[in-house]
Parts: sequence; C-alpha cells; structure tokens
Amino acid sequence: MDDEGKTYPTLEAFIKETGIKATYTEDIDDNDSYVSKVRPQLEAKQDIGKDIITLTDWMANRMIRDQLVQPLELIQMPNAGNLLPPLKEVSFDPGRNYSLTWQSGFAGIGYDKERVGKELKTLDDLFTPELRGKIVVLSEMRDTLGLIMQWQGVDIAGNWGKPEYDKAIEKFNQLVSDGYIRRIKGNSYLNDLKSGNALAGIVWSGDLFILRAETENDNWEFTIPESGGTLWSDNMMVPITSTHRRNAETLMNYYYDPKVAAEVAAWVNYVCPVVGAKQEMEKIDEELAQSPFIFPSEDYLTKNNIQGFRALTAQEDADYSAEWAKVVGN
Amino acid sequence: MSALAHIGAGQGAPAGPDTAKRGSWMPYLLLLPGMLWLIVFFVVPLVQLFTVSLQSKFPGYPGYYYRDLNFKNYWSALTEFAPHFGRSLLFAGLATFFAFCLAYPLAYAMAFKAGRWRGLMMICIIAPFFTSFILRTIAWRQILADEGPVAKTLNFLHVLPGGHITETWMAVVAGLTYNFLPFMVLPIYASLERADPRIIEAGGDLYANGFTTFRTVTLPMSMPGVLAGTLLTFIPAAGDYVNAELLGSDRSTKMVGNVIESQFFKVPGGYPTAAALSFTLMALILALVFVYVRKFGTEELL
Repeated sequence: MDDEGKTYPTLEAFIKETGIKATYTEDIDDNDSYVSKVRPQLEAKQDIGKDIITLTDWMANRMIRDQLVQPLELIQMPNAGNLLPPLKEVSFDPGRNYSLTWQSGFAGIGYDKERVGKELKTLDDLFTPELRGKIVVLSEMRDTLGLIMQWQGVDIAGNWGKPEYDKAIEKFNQLVSDGYIRRIKGNSYLNDLKSGNALAGIVWSGDLFILRAETENDNWEFTIPESGGTLWSDNMMVPITSTHRRNAETLMNYYYDPKVAAEVAAWVNYVCPVVGAKQEMEKIDEELAQSPFIFPSEDYLTKNNIQGFRALTAQEDADYSAEWAKVVGN
Repeated sequence: MSALAHIGAGQGAPAGPDTAKRGSWMPYLLLLPGMLWLIVFFVVPLVQLFTVSLQSKFPGYPGYYYRDLNFKNYWSALTEFAPHFGRSLLFAGLATFFAFCLAYPLAYAMAFKAGRWRGLMMICIIAPFFTSFILRTIAWRQILADEGPVAKTLNFLHVLPGGHITETWMAVVAGLTYNFLPFMVLPIYASLERADPRIIEAGGDLYANGFTTFRTVTLPMSMPGVLAGTLLTFIPAAGDYVNAELLGSDRSTKMVGNVIESQFFKVPGGYPTAAALSFTLMALILALVFVYVRKFGTEELL
C-alpha cells in the first residue's frame, strides 16, 4: 500500500510475480457488521466471493469454532515459519491450523503529553480527577477490559473466570458512573482526541502514530501501562466456500517474505508479525526498525506483560458480550 | 390519501360504458407495482421479523435459536430496555416540538413574506440533503465540541451545567431537531402556500386583529401541513440511533435504535431481543400516531 491509498505496490508486485489475480477490498469496516452479513451465506455454503478474509482474534475464534473457515496447508507456505513466536500458539487456534496473522497491535494508554502535563505510566495515573471526563476508551471489550483486568493483577492469557470478569466490569462501571470516562468508542475516538473533547484514553498503538502524523503534533504519546497491555491481531483466513485456497496460501506466503513484510510495516505502523522483517526494515528506515511498537522483541513483550486476551468459550462469549453491551449503554 | 380520493372522484364523473369499464381495473393495475414492492420489501420482512422475535435460544448452543412462540422475549426486552424506550419517545417529542417552533415561522416567512427570496430559502432548506446525513451529524460534534464556539461561549457565560454539550441529551435533541427540520418545514410551507391570502385578508376585514386572524384562520388552514410535518419528524426521530450514537453519551442518552443495533450486530444470540424491540417500537409509534391523528387530524388526511 502506498500514500495514494489507491494502489498497493506489494500486491501489484505479487500479481506480476505469480500471475494470480488478486484484489484488495476494504469491505470490513467492523468485525461485527461484516460477519453478520456473510455468516448466513457461509452457513448455507454459498460463495461470498472472497478467498481471504481478515478478522480480529475474537471473531476469528468464532469463525474457527463454527467451522466457517478452511484449514491451511502449512506445507504450501514455507514463509509462515517466520511468524513471530509469541503469535504462534494462540488459544483460539492452537498450532495455527486455520489462521495466519496479518497485522498486530497493542492497546495501551495514549495521551497528549503537553496538555496532560505529566507522564501517564499506570492506569492509576490515567484515572485521576484532573482528567475526569476527558478520557475515551475503546469499545473493544478485550482491550479495555483486558487492560483493567491486568491492572487488577489478572493474567488475561491464563485461566481466569467469571469472578475476575465481574470484578473488572464492576471497576469499569464505577469509572463510567464517576464520570472519568467520557466515551466508549470503536473507530471514532480519534476525533475526540483531535477536537479536544478528550486528552487521553485507552487506545491502539498504530492509531496514535496516525494521529501524531495527522495533527503534526509530537506530543501524542503511547505507553504500555506498568500493569501490562494487550496484544491483538487481525488474522487472515480462507472462507469455507472458497475454491482458491492454494492461491490464497500463495498470497499469505508472499506477505510472510520479510522483505515484503517490511515494506508493508513501513506504511501501516502496526506490529509486524514477521521475523526477519526488522533486518529488512533497517535498510528502509532505521528509526522504524528500532520502534518496539512495530518490531517488539520477545523480551519487550514479557517485560511489559503484553498479552493476548484468552479465547472465550461459546457460552462465555455470548454471556460476556451481552454483559458488555449493557455496560456500554445498550 | 388525497391522491386516492381524486381517483375515486374521477371515476364517478365520466359517462359512457367504455370508460367506466376501463376505469374499474385501471386503478388496480396502476397500484400493482407499488403493492408488489410493498409485499416483497415490507410485508415479507415484517412477517420474518415477527417470527424471529418469537424464537427461543437453543440451550447449550449460544447464538443459535429454534422456532418457537416465545412471547417472553417481548416482556424481557421491554422491562430491560424501558429507559431506552422512554428516551426515544421523549427525545423525539422534544425534537418535534423544537422543529415545529423553528419551522413554522420559517415556512410562514417563505409563504407570505419572502418574495423573490423564496427560491433561495427553499434551496437553503433542501441543500443539506446533498451531503450525507452521517457526515452532517459528525460535523455537529465538531461544532458542539468542548473547544468549539458554542460550548466555549456557554461556558464563558457559566450557563452550561457539566461544562460540555456533547455527550448530553441536549446534543442529541439538537441533532435530531436539525436533522429532521426540513421534514417539518416543507409540509407546513406547502399548506401555507396553498392558502388563499384573500381569506386571511378577510379576517382583518372582519375586525380581527393580527393574532386572532392567525389563530382562527391561518393556523387552522395550515393544520394538514403541521400534522404531516410532526409525523414526518416524530416517527423517524423515535427510531433514530445515529444522533444518540454520535452526539450522546454511552449511559444516559442511548435510544431504542441503539439497543436494536447492538443486539443485532454485537451480541451473539441477540436476534430475538432485537426483533422484539423493533416490533414493540413499531407498535408503540403506530398507536401514538393513531391517537394523535384521531385527535388532531383533519378531514383531508383521514
């Protein structure tokens, strides 16, 4: 992808190299609404016209659980071995038989250093009277609640259960009713940071770098709270009805070539899931290559307690989603 | 409805056996495309929605349902989301009221005082429709933002409780009022424009002062427009969720539309609840409109 937003140099190079025709569409603007649309078709075994769909962990979990995606043949994708080790064993897809990471990111604290006037290192620093009503948080349950659970000392990748969940919900409810949290939003929270309605919040790493570039304001700071942050991924999968699995695998393999991965990472600014891309990036942009938010070392992840939210069972998924919907107001 | 009346009237008038015969099936033929459209895109989905609203959850398989006659869905949806229903009706009512207060003088000015400016005023009212309704609502977020002109001025005058406008009911009602204002202006304007100025003049000739003339002559003549305008504003406003989503807060200003959206898309297994809520909202609005039209309706509408 390049600055114009209309052409995708890496994809064009792929088409040239392999002769496989591929188009990239941004149909998925939200996991929920996209899957609501295609799910009935997939269940009825109708082709949805896509050979790769890219969805976030928890939605990938639902797709794999309900057998709406095809198993991948790792033997067709030698480059898939370049997957970053912490992403290899994910609880929703042990052994990565059905999915391959596209891009990853962190959720942590984002804030305007200058206007907040101090460093925010923990969630205790964030939820202070000075910032009351000036905080936005993500409507993505796994990120916002995940951070709060880590704040309460829970290992979110481990075997927590209902009591830990309820405790985090209780804390969150308290924060909302005490007026600390101004808004709970998915994609539009950046506008609140831009317009000054909010000065800080629980945000995604890549978004903050976009904000920094868009507002040309280097005071926007992203930090992982001392209690830990979440690591999430968008995962490529092949829908059950696709008849071009081999081609899809060739494409995935192509994007796991460190050279190509570095090129993509230089543009998207999210965590790059490909081992070796860092070395390639050093040739493109030294500064980006050193950024822990794009190429985090395993050490960095463990030291900062950055973890993925564990996969929920179908029952937990339904219960917690309903509970979360209530907490955010509907 | 007045269109139907015209067809009926036209039928009686012409003489001759040939025209009468053709006239008997012609209206139905003309209605056919409309009826088909209504059946395919309104009646069928409505029946489907109703059956979904009565489904039960499949025990042990979250997110799956089976066909049932589970009327309990309605009860639990109503009790759980009663505040949201209340807000929908209240906000829509307030928005209708404010839209009326803004629209009537505007329509009056356009009909009687605008002169050559009438065309320009009409364009100003219709022009916003050329951009997306969502974009315009997002723009309102910027206008009402903490550091925007409105909030800053009000804060300076110390008349803004809480210190901000967005994330309050005021922003939601303002958004609703703004978004549905043209639907109020246009019908009122249409009925005022049709009014014969000589009748209004006659009010003065009969020694009524300006206010009495307005109350007893102009306003009653514009009632069909007012009725149509209030319905066109209230009904979509009660079902709206965009304004509450973009301008409101998460806890205290969400409306029924927001609940339906989240139950449909975000909660696995929320389909029956969402369907039950949609049906209840529809029934509620229908009942309200029925009472309203009965009470204030004019001959021309019924």
